[in-house]
Amino acid sequence: MLTIRKSGLQTAVQDLGRTGFQRYGVIASGVMDPFAHRIANLLAGNAETAATLEIALSGPVIEFEADHFIAICGGDLSPSLDGEPLTMWRGHFVRKGSVLSFGEPKRGARSYVAVAGSFDIPVVMDSQSTYLRAGIGGFKGRALKNGDSLQTRPLPAGRLEALKNQNAQAPDWLIPPARYHEQPIVRMMPGRQFTLFNEESRTRIFEETFTISASSDRMGYRLEGAELALEKQEELISEAVAFGSVQVPADGNPIVLLADRQTTGGYPKIGQIASVDLPLISQLKPGESLKFRHISVHDAQQLYIEQEQQIRQLKIAIQMKREEWT
Amino acid sequence: MAFTFSPLSEQALVIETGAIINKESEQAVRKLSALLEKEAPEWLIEFIPAFTTVTVFYDPCQLKQAEVEQELKSLMAQMDEVEAPAPRQIEIPVCYGGDFGPDLCFVAEHNGLTEEEVIAIHTSGIYSVHMIGFAPGFPFIGGMSEKIAAPRRKSPRLRIPERTVGIAGMQTGVYPIETPGGWQLIGRTPLRLFVPDQDIPSLLRAGDEIRFTQIDEAEYREQEAKQDADHS
Repeated sequence: MLTIRKSGLQTAVQDLGRTGFQRYGVIASGVMDPFAHRIANLLAGNAETAATLEIALSGPVIEFEADHFIAICGGDLSPSLDGEPLTMWRGHFVRKGSVLSFGEPKRGARSYVAVAGSFDIPVVMDSQSTYLRAGIGGFKGRALKNGDSLQTRPLPAGRLEALKNQNAQAPDWLIPPARYHEQPIVRMMPGRQFTLFNEESRTRIFEETFTISASSDRMGYRLEGAELALEKQEELISEAVAFGSVQVPADGNPIVLLADRQTTGGYPKIGQIASVDLPLISQLKPGESLKFRHISVHDAQQLYIEQEQQIRQLKIAIQMKREEWT
Repeated sequence: MAFTFSPLSEQALVIETGAIINKESEQAVRKLSALLEKEAPEWLIEFIPAFTTVTVFYDPCQLKQAEVEQELKSLMAQMDEVEAPAPRQIEIPVCYGGDFGPDLCFVAEHNGLTEEEVIAIHTSGIYSVHMIGFAPGFPFIGGMSEKIAAPRRKSPRLRIPERTVGIAGMQTGVYPIETPGGWQLIGRTPLRLFVPDQDIPSLLRAGDEIRFTQIDEAEYREQEAKQDADHS
């Protein structure tokens, strides 16, 4: 069991999202940085799909009420255990009574804490993700508050001891951390309504530097940098949007739709971020900036396939290390 | 009818059933949705129907965009054999005005009507649900009389309670969950439009025909208590 001593800015249970209910208007939710979430789970011996704690910018203080095995991946929010800096992108055995806390956000905006066994909370519409606005999923449908206690699922007998021993034998072994740049180049496919934009907008979207505005959250990031416009104003028919769709409302400032996006939208979409580059944008803080670079659908599919292969290889590497140590 | 295919992303393909919203394009969306539900191809992760589009999500590790298009085309050869679900008739009881509908007087004044006349017009129409989207169980409803149309508020409210019935321009709608918004609020229904405990978590579906009926506050309280007991 884990107890939240201080909740931090926003700490909530998320998994890979709610699939299959978007046709009823139910948003997908889920983690903002799926790569970091999946690796944290693998390092903790969980399935990639298990729920983790998503931690934003100013992290929580968490007390472990029993012995646990954890891994933290994602943005570097200066995690420490009982005051000692904790290495990210590897597993750690944590003793009962230890306290995990976070400090200054060094790079990136979100961290993922995976706990071996994952959390014992209800599955709502096939997912444990917190859907804040509807108050469902996650821990009682809300972000964690001071004093909340999260139960974990029991591990098979001997599993925790094995993880602990294995880890002690290879203190330096870790997964190469994902690189989150301060001003990333984010690859973007032309959106469904790309050709409806005027020539200037179609050029500037790939040339200007865009800054993340202060009114940005898990639903979407508002960008400032160039005001984009359609060749001629027209009303569009609402249609599906996706994680990483870049839509442009009437004021001309693009919005990147993220994990808590609505299922459909009526604004023209100038672009669609390649899914492998979504973590780059999810890890940006308000005030940081980015540039877009054109990519084709074909190449974005290729990158996606390569990344999936890479994750499979990491999974095998982690399993082999474990067997080597056992 | 010629359908067009174009990518939303490297993992999603959009099938467009027409360039404008009309009976044909909407009927095709419903048929295609029924087909995808019935056949549930193994590669299909999920789909989102809208007014004139159905967007399908797939895993590029299993198949590429061109292959998805091929799969869909051969599936759609069965389109003529599929029946879109028959429209259901659903009644939505509404307690108009008062605290539930603080903008009823605005809608009346704006249109040179009395509040009673607005209610009479709102309850006399037969409406149809074009699509579900934007919020869980939120219906895009067509068919409102232009006699009670009203512009959105200049400054949106930060919180509109769930189940509130509103008007924005030529549209009327019901908010399934608490949300910010600029609609003119005319009343509230005791019905839950978002029912997360059900297999299909939306009370309404695209194609449904709906009618609004007027209830008083006592009936509202009674029906609300029953709804909450059924879904607790």
